[in-house]
Amino acid sequence: MKLQEHAIKEIKEIVAQFINEPTPLMMILSAVQTKFGYIPMEAQELISEETGISVAEIYGVVTFYSFFSLKPKGKYIIGVCLGTACYVKNSQQVIDKFCQLLGIQPGETTADGMFTIDALRCIGACALAPAVRVNEKVYPQVRVEDVEKIIDACEKMEAEKNEKGN
Amino acid sequence: MKKVTNPEMLMVAHAAFKKQLDDKFNSKTGKRAIVICGGTGCLSSDSTVLKERFEKVLKDKGLDGIISVNMVGCFGFCSQGPFVKVYPEDTLYRKVKVSDVEKIIEEDFINHGIVEDLLYVDPITHEKIKKMEDINFYKKQKRIALYGCSVIDPENIEEAIGYGSFQALDKALHMDRQEVINMILDSGLRGRGGGGFPTGRKWQFAYNQESDEKYVVCNGDEGDPGAFMDRSILEGNPLSVIEGMMIAGYAIGAKEGYFYVRAEYPVAVNRLNIAIKQAREVGLLGNNILGTDFCFDVHLRLGAGAFVCGEETALLNSIEGQRGMPRPRPPFPAVKGLWGKPTIVNNVETLACVPYIVREGVEAFTKYGTEKSKGTKVFALGGKVNNVGLVEIPMGTTIRELVYDIAGGIPGNKNFKAIQTGGPSGGCLTEEHLDTPIDFDNLVALGSMMGSGGAIVMDEDNCMVDVAKFYMEFICDESCGKCTPCRIGTKRILEILTKITNGEGELSDLDRLEELAEVTKNGSLCALGQTAANPIISTLKRFRDEYVEHIVNKTCPAHVCKNLISYHVDPDLCKKCSKCARNCPVNCITGVPGKETYKIDTTACVRCGTCLSACPFHAIYKK
Amino acid sequence: MALVNIKIDGISYQVDSSLTVLEAAKQCGYNIPSLCSFNHGRCSKASCRVCLVEVKGARGLVASCVYPVNEGMEISINSQKATEARRVSVELLLSNHNHDCQSCRKNQNCELLRVAQLVGAREGMFRGEKTPTTYDDLSPALIRDTSKCVLCGRCIEQCKYAQGIGILGFENRGFKTIVGPAYNKSFKDVPCLQCGQCVTVCPTGALMEKGEIDKVDEAFKAGKYVIVQTAPAVRAALGEEFGMPVGTPVTGKMVTALKRLGFYRVYDTNFAADLTIMEEANELLERINNGGALPMITSCSPGWVNYAEQFYGDLIGHLSSCKSPHEMEGAVIKSFFAEKNNIKPEDIFVVSIMPCTAKKFEKERPECRGVNGLADVDAVLTTRELATYIRRAGIEFNRLPNSEFDQDILGEYTGAGVIFGATGGVMEAALRTAYYWLTGENADSLLKCEPVRGQEGVKEASFTIAGKEIKVAVVSSMKAAKPILDDIRAGKSPYTFIEVMGCPGGCINGGGQPYIRSCMLPNEDIDIEDTYRAKRAAALYSEDERQTVRRSHENTQVKALYDEYLEKPGSHKAHELLHTTYNDRGHNLK
Repeated sequence: MKLQEHAIKEIKEIVAQFINEPTPLMMILSAVQTKFGYIPMEAQELISEETGISVAEIYGVVTFYSFFSLKPKGKYIIGVCLGTACYVKNSQQVIDKFCQLLGIQPGETTADGMFTIDALRCIGACALAPAVRVNEKVYPQVRVEDVEKIIDACEKMEAEKNEKGN
Repeated sequence: MKKVTNPEMLMVAHAAFKKQLDDKFNSKTGKRAIVICGGTGCLSSDSTVLKERFEKVLKDKGLDGIISVNMVGCFGFCSQGPFVKVYPEDTLYRKVKVSDVEKIIEEDFINHGIVEDLLYVDPITHEKIKKMEDINFYKKQKRIALYGCSVIDPENIEEAIGYGSFQALDKALHMDRQEVINMILDSGLRGRGGGGFPTGRKWQFAYNQESDEKYVVCNGDEGDPGAFMDRSILEGNPLSVIEGMMIAGYAIGAKEGYFYVRAEYPVAVNRLNIAIKQAREVGLLGNNILGTDFCFDVHLRLGAGAFVCGEETALLNSIEGQRGMPRPRPPFPAVKGLWGKPTIVNNVETLACVPYIVREGVEAFTKYGTEKSKGTKVFALGGKVNNVGLVEIPMGTTIRELVYDIAGGIPGNKNFKAIQTGGPSGGCLTEEHLDTPIDFDNLVALGSMMGSGGAIVMDEDNCMVDVAKFYMEFICDESCGKCTPCRIGTKRILEILTKITNGEGELSDLDRLEELAEVTKNGSLCALGQTAANPIISTLKRFRDEYVEHIVNKTCPAHVCKNLISYHVDPDLCKKCSKCARNCPVNCITGVPGKETYKIDTTACVRCGTCLSACPFHAIYKK
Repeated sequence: MALVNIKIDGISYQVDSSLTVLEAAKQCGYNIPSLCSFNHGRCSKASCRVCLVEVKGARGLVASCVYPVNEGMEISINSQKATEARRVSVELLLSNHNHDCQSCRKNQNCELLRVAQLVGAREGMFRGEKTPTTYDDLSPALIRDTSKCVLCGRCIEQCKYAQGIGILGFENRGFKTIVGPAYNKSFKDVPCLQCGQCVTVCPTGALMEKGEIDKVDEAFKAGKYVIVQTAPAVRAALGEEFGMPVGTPVTGKMVTALKRLGFYRVYDTNFAADLTIMEEANELLERINNGGALPMITSCSPGWVNYAEQFYGDLIGHLSSCKSPHEMEGAVIKSFFAEKNNIKPEDIFVVSIMPCTAKKFEKERPECRGVNGLADVDAVLTTRELATYIRRAGIEFNRLPNSEFDQDILGEYTGAGVIFGATGGVMEAALRTAYYWLTGENADSLLKCEPVRGQEGVKEASFTIAGKEIKVAVVSSMKAAKPILDDIRAGKSPYTFIEVMGCPGGCINGGGQPYIRSCMLPNEDIDIEDTYRAKRAAALYSEDERQTVRRSHENTQVKALYDEYLEKPGSHKAHELLHTTYNDRGHNLK
């Protein structure tokens, strides 16, 4: 796979934005991750060329931090909080249910690119435990039987979006 | 706002903005104010929409000139959010929904009454409580680190200045650097992020280093699951942390500060950015601050999802663009830290205490706390308690007060079993420790630790082996992989725990757990590894019988461990409604609707628990 | 040097205050087991936790490899807590390790095995899941087997700091961490030099050269004329494999061993080194006189050639077009030698014994095919592999008599060829011949050319020969080469001729040489890692001094080769057999 022209341009701009900071690698990677949703190999190579940091080192950093992803994520990123407060209120069963219904494991994305399930460490919404975050929206006090409704809501939202698009 | 370039201008600005604040909250001019919680918890519950709705309705009714709508930082009492507070009466409404907005405006603002059903109800006395300070949750609190949070608009430097920001800096800049350090030493302030190392001593080490470059780093990589005090401080009063950092910078001779904040905290990051920008604009960050020689600027770096980066040397590596793997110490960061220069790494809450101490004086801080742990500590209360949220209490408060008075006890009349403090690095304390005054040293003596202040309460429904396994899973996932005991040792511990919770354990496994725990504790490179085994050590010590139950009798007394439980229908309670059978994913429940009670085939059951939550008559039980 | 008083297990000692606990203990006669610190040297990681000791007052146990001594320190190496922790650390490493020790080629040199014995590791104490592993043997030179990796990180540091490249890094986090090139790619698919410096520091069998003994066996089985040649650096280090002190030259024993192994001819690559000098000195003078790309850079080191092609593709015109000596030797064997002896080139199998892993890669290059499209060299064994081969045949190396290389048409060599194995050697040899060609006389001062000798990464010198000033540089390791190359790229290099060797110190410290492990050599000095290169180099320089003929152009068999076959240096025939081309591989291998 090759990076598209505009992607190359954008990555170069991101590097240029941070290159004068001392040790800017994390800032560059965070910005690329935010912009593209993941950091493909080609982007890492480009960053290596632009910064002079070896690809092995960049790859090492990318695979160390869970915020960085090597593969594109789904349109709906379902984050189930497995922080202590949520865990003691059964969030493990909640995430298991998501996995069962979507047929994927935490960290994976469905084949149609719709959903990614992430096991989250405390999102600080302990009062809402167990909490599930779908993209920006937080669902409070999610029970196992709510899981299907959350998935349905996403699908409905997507369908509406597509209708509007047409 | 105009530039503030000398102490006189700061004094003038403070006086002017203080009056503005007073006018807003304690108005004699007939003006009133609505304050809405804008902490992450309440934002998740749509408090922004609430704010917009208030603004719209007030405008529609032509009241927008008299009633202001403000968003502030976290109220702390997250389980009752979103909060709306009404000034000057101080009425506190909780769990406010968008649909309640018109009612509040109508009944409270127009008819000068009170919306009774939005008031907090005491879980024990069932009394409705109107004012915040009358609620038990708030009664024993003292806000030092959380100073200004839930009062001022965190995105408005004017309100912060009006509420006292930069007064401490001004005072410090007129003191000798060593005097500032002495003040922090005298205050007995200890690091709020984990180990409780005396902050003043850290500063002194860095001060003693000869170097033209030094750094202050603020550790905002709050990773303990269940802890969110740093986030709330950054969301509620970011300038207090910036000011603390500047005082530290002045004291040790640093010109630059770095914030390292979790990327998972977008609201905190945004408000911090706004605060930095505003402080720069008015000249309170930059060169020759308040007309002195002191120059200081701060930068923000984001974490990227690695718990270990809360360890100070890993954090420094992360800022340096590397994998967040801890460095061996010595050399300590105060000698050789960021980019090889003397660096102090202080936690958000620690830095937030600094302006208070400098401004109000050492006495105002040391009058709270115990002999060796001065001041207050913010705790994030969670788990099986009625009042979940953030509280700042004086050190020395007992666990009992925390759990029963502040947190309002355990819901559903269940029995208290344990409280876990210090997150994955801490240990579980039991009923016999309820009257222990909370401070750094007491918790360590009991095999736990203060950590960043997470406090998770567990009741009889929690299996302690499962809890230990949960923490181990977390550590295994978050171990950086550098040193052997943490990388492989925790994995082996987890495997043994999994074996036990699956009912395949042997008694000799307990010896092995103890041996591994000991070596992980003594032999790991950093604090993450050294404390990783605490949950195992403390549960093995205090709940050994639960482990033995799992191993010898192959049962889980709390009915949590899936492989050791079975689901059954109580024929006396079953109303033959068939709901359980219809919800069962593996069709292992049989019966005839209305005619025959339902029965679960335990050999086919996958123990998913769906039937249990589906049954309207509580006829299904685990054993 | 400030001294401090310390106590180890209750006994008082005085040691230098700048030492770590590990170093201090070693001076006091204690050998604390350690793994991630290389040769008990300064460690920056303290990650293996094998060298844990108890220090009074310190929190937990401390890693002795990084912990500095201080006044009044009380250390306990032998306490129950410390010995127990060291044992468990090793047992945990073993629980995540591939246990094929009996057949592992590293077993005689495995540091993990050694510390396991030292700490008294118990069999199968901890069992469980193992980290998902990668086995990469796609490169012709190197094998990476992460099932044996202990994550000490030495290879990463060696590649990054010694070579300045950084092909290797940690990947993933926690229990899933492995070491490898980015994206866990093969060594074949990344800009790796194949220099094997990573192999020289690996404590276990996780990084190894790709073994080729089997190929040699096959050739014998197929009835080929199996001809062996040995590089100069091999004789300076092979003895170490058999317990001899570092720097013992073993040329005679080595030749005897090779003859006993049944090789049809045993030749010295030095012959080809002399040949290389003829071609290279000629090429240099051509370039000086006719305006070719200057500075000219030597091309004997395939690790360096790989570096140039992948990182400085724009500068490949500066490389001498000469093949490396063993390739020249192979090309001459399969042409001149074959014709002389009436053997079909197809029936000849050339084995090179090299101190190098990159030579394994080099021999596969399409450009290194000569006669009838045959590879010049068919198999490359490292010095270490040769030792294995000798042991396998039941030969007791230490008791062997000396013998001479085969002296027929490709046997003679001069002292100039011998010193190729040390950094600066090629330069010195080339200068000896170039001086003669330019002035018509020999300069005795060039028989011991001090400015280009020694272990520094960069050496420079200036000579006035026949009124012409020639500035030269001698570089070893790619880290040292980089600034020199950047100057050439920027058009501001002052040099006429540059010798570049891929490995720090040149071939005597090549990736195929015996492992230097002070922990394995209890009789050696503790500072062995600082001195072994110089000792090996000294072995070569002493052999040079013992030679009566010490200038390449005086090698009578080389002269005969030109007279009878190649005509003259730089001739068409010589180009066909002895020269090669390079490719800019900057962008196809990332």
